[in-house]
Amino acid sequence: MSGRSKSRVNDFVVRLANVNGTGSASANGLLMKAIFRMGIPVMGKNFFPSNIQGLPTWYEIRITKDAHLARSGRVDIMVAMNAETYQKDLREVSPGGTLIYDSTWPRNSVLSRPDITILGVPLARMCNEKFGNARARILMKNMAYVGALAALLELDRDVIKQLVEEMFAAKKALVPSNMDAIELGYNYAIENFECPLPTRVEPMDKTAGHIMIDGNTAAALGCVYAGATVGAWYPITPSTSLMDAFKGFAERYRKDPKTGDRNFCIVQAEDELSAIGIVLGASWNGARSFTPTSGPGLSLMNEFIGFAYFAELPAVLFDVQRVGPSTGMPTRTQQGDILAAAYASHGDTRHVLLFPANPKECFELSVKAFDLADRLQTPVIVLLDLDIGMNDWMCEDLEWDDSYQPDRGKVLSAEELEEAEKFYRYLDSDGDGIPYRTYPGVHPKGAYFVRGSGHNKYGAYTEEADEYKEVVDRLCRKWETAAELIPDPVIRKSGKPTDLAIVSVGSCDYAVTEAIAILAERGIALDYLRVKAFPFGDKVEEFLENHDRVFVVEQNRDAQLKSLLTLETDYPKERMTSVLNYSGLPIDCRCIVDAIEQAAAKGVAA
Amino acid sequence: MTYIAKPKIVHEGLARNALGYTIRDYEGGMSTLCAGCGHDSVTAAIVQAFFELDIPPHSVGKMSGIGCSSKTPAYFLAASHGFNSVHGRMPSIATGASAANRGLHLLGVSGDGDSLSIGLGQFAHAIRRNLNMTYVLENNGVYGLTKGQFSASADVGTKAKKGEVNEQQPIDSVQMAMAQGGTFVARSFSGDKEQLVPLLKAAFKHDGFALVDVLSPCVTFNDHESSTKSYAYTRQFFHRAIHLDYIPPAKEIKAAYDEGDVMPVELHDGSRILLRKVSKEYSVNNRGAALDYIRTHQRRGEIVTGLLYIDESEPDMHGINQTTAKPLSELPFDALCPGSDALADLQNRFR
Repeated sequence: MSGRSKSRVNDFVVRLANVNGTGSASANGLLMKAIFRMGIPVMGKNFFPSNIQGLPTWYEIRITKDAHLARSGRVDIMVAMNAETYQKDLREVSPGGTLIYDSTWPRNSVLSRPDITILGVPLARMCNEKFGNARARILMKNMAYVGALAALLELDRDVIKQLVEEMFAAKKALVPSNMDAIELGYNYAIENFECPLPTRVEPMDKTAGHIMIDGNTAAALGCVYAGATVGAWYPITPSTSLMDAFKGFAERYRKDPKTGDRNFCIVQAEDELSAIGIVLGASWNGARSFTPTSGPGLSLMNEFIGFAYFAELPAVLFDVQRVGPSTGMPTRTQQGDILAAAYASHGDTRHVLLFPANPKECFELSVKAFDLADRLQTPVIVLLDLDIGMNDWMCEDLEWDDSYQPDRGKVLSAEELEEAEKFYRYLDSDGDGIPYRTYPGVHPKGAYFVRGSGHNKYGAYTEEADEYKEVVDRLCRKWETAAELIPDPVIRKSGKPTDLAIVSVGSCDYAVTEAIAILAERGIALDYLRVKAFPFGDKVEEFLENHDRVFVVEQNRDAQLKSLLTLETDYPKERMTSVLNYSGLPIDCRCIVDAIEQAAAKGVAA
Repeated sequence: MTYIAKPKIVHEGLARNALGYTIRDYEGGMSTLCAGCGHDSVTAAIVQAFFELDIPPHSVGKMSGIGCSSKTPAYFLAASHGFNSVHGRMPSIATGASAANRGLHLLGVSGDGDSLSIGLGQFAHAIRRNLNMTYVLENNGVYGLTKGQFSASADVGTKAKKGEVNEQQPIDSVQMAMAQGGTFVARSFSGDKEQLVPLLKAAFKHDGFALVDVLSPCVTFNDHESSTKSYAYTRQFFHRAIHLDYIPPAKEIKAAYDEGDVMPVELHDGSRILLRKVSKEYSVNNRGAALDYIRTHQRRGEIVTGLLYIDESEPDMHGINQTTAKPLSELPFDALCPGSDALADLQNRFR
């Protein structure tokens, strides 16, 4: 029972070990939402298998009064509902922690640990006695452990009741039975254990002005608000819910209530080769169009991405990254497509990338992606990952400025074409590397040939060296313009003079922020830059130059961000040290703290 | 694709269509295909059809993939918007173009390599979604640009120029389109302009996916004696099942036809096609019977040509989607963005 007395109010991790397909996801979501509604910052991560029913799945909830919304590496309370993984789950409880299991069946005494508290709740027995229906018995076990946790952690039962009512708003008849199951677990815990545990929650007021939303939903909302009308896709985990969400929003906001006519067109394509083609066909005609995908889909899209780069067509792609290579682990997270996205396709190509770090940025950068794609007439790839895309994150309320007007870039109107003597597609009239374009059908003078074959600045086919080079050199000028238009990196100074820095990207953000706070307490001051876009731009270059040693924190094996920094900045690679997480699970702050402390001990960071 | 500008000389006496354009306005650059290529005859038929249909050239999106046939959009409709995409993927570009801009007239030109091998999936799915476009498949049984390999449409027993014999079953675009639920399926011969021009016009006016497979011999690699896609073979064995006349809207039907032999079909814009059966037993709106007829003649080595199947009742992609009538690309931003109040309201769902 050592460590039992240590109180961890509003600062602990609950991990729930379940079998997938048993309805645990809704119970776990309910648990997290209850804590959020009690005003306590909370993080939830779902570690699920690529399977529909029967395989192990875990849900991790971090209750974090200081809003450290990344994994901590701890497990204070384990709810072990899966006999198959019990041994592993038991092992992973932090010393002093608590394990709750279904005591309907006896556990072997070998499966025990002296340094943690083990609490048995006969969940299956209680549910079998209470409920007749076989499926209900399985589903209600989940609600019963929510009830037990409500007692042990001192969750607000009114909040839970309210959430259950919302959950079954369309099937009100299910509310009483679910509440009964919660009561079963609650009463058993109250009667048999000392409630609450020292590890428990206390209401706060730190979640006002915040929502819980996943990045795919937020990105889809960005597409709606940016005015996208054509979406093309091929289902692939973990990007599927992005198009599902877009469809839901479009049905709500883009359908004529009287006629049912739709102001949007979603095409579920035969494959990703087609999905990107549909996006390009639509953008050629002036519609804002997009495709959500993941690594394997991005690989398939390469040919058309190069086409769009060279023929200069806007396109917005969302790559919700998952673990590669190949099929990899489709339901696990990684940042493994950074290089593949940056240089997608054969020949000399470079693409604008945007890196949201949370759902709010997914919304904002989604809108930005359309503006950049239209302005630069090129594909823009928004790199999410499974962690941001599919997990519910607590983030500040999304905001919208009603004065926003989309930047459609350099498009000649019918009137402008009428007055023009002649239109040539690829002339750099303004010196920024961006030519003017026309939409089909607008004016007889606007016609031109879109082609992926060699063309000169007038848009005509060419195999002349000078004419070809003139066009591809202009594309480099356009790249320089892109570097001026992309969003700035986020820079946080340590407050103390330091030569050390962390550079990171995307969903590593909260883990990095927490690691910096821990290291500061231990006397290691670090400045922090988070890249939000590629090309990197001057601010990244300048930040790097001002630091002697830079730790590049990212979630892949091959240090892809570091490689890109090496290739695309003047900073010497000898001064960069990688901190890598490629387990497939979201990064926790501990691995960053450990790596930097070790480097400091070895003098690398001196 | 190679493009040589063609000098545009307009004689004063040259006929003008209802829009005031001459046929020169529907031409393109000089063809760089081999002399005698069937594709050039198809190009000429396209020029003729569009001129006669009074379609403003800039309202046409002409598109293609990769291959000899896919080069041809450079040789017609110089004033139209062109899109030369990547190999086998023109249908996806056309799908996106149609999704965004349903006002654009879409004409795709492809070949048997482009459509029946690398692009088979996209071809089939464009039919499946009944994409509103005219899809001309210039079919010659070989890969021309890579110098004479068999394509997927080569018949069993066909000999390549260098003597190799094809032993794999051919994929027939027409039978495939029929099986996939295609709503307008036609086959013609590049040497039969009389048949091809009205077919193209009807195809263009069809609301939905209109396949016009045109046997278009490759003079360089597949015009020899043991080829089933040569001029000589096609001329000998092509079999006109049905003849079609295209009648524009509001135009009287003047030609004299024997009743019973003639079947009028009304298209969505009010124009009509008159089908004259050459073969008594042929039925143009019976999918099963049409397929059977084609197969029976195929066994005899005969190629059935004409409008082989038509169904004007099926909705196209936009009909299925119930897309708003105005092209999506023309909708004002205000009609698309729900605004800040809606966003504030929506977020209550996420608390």
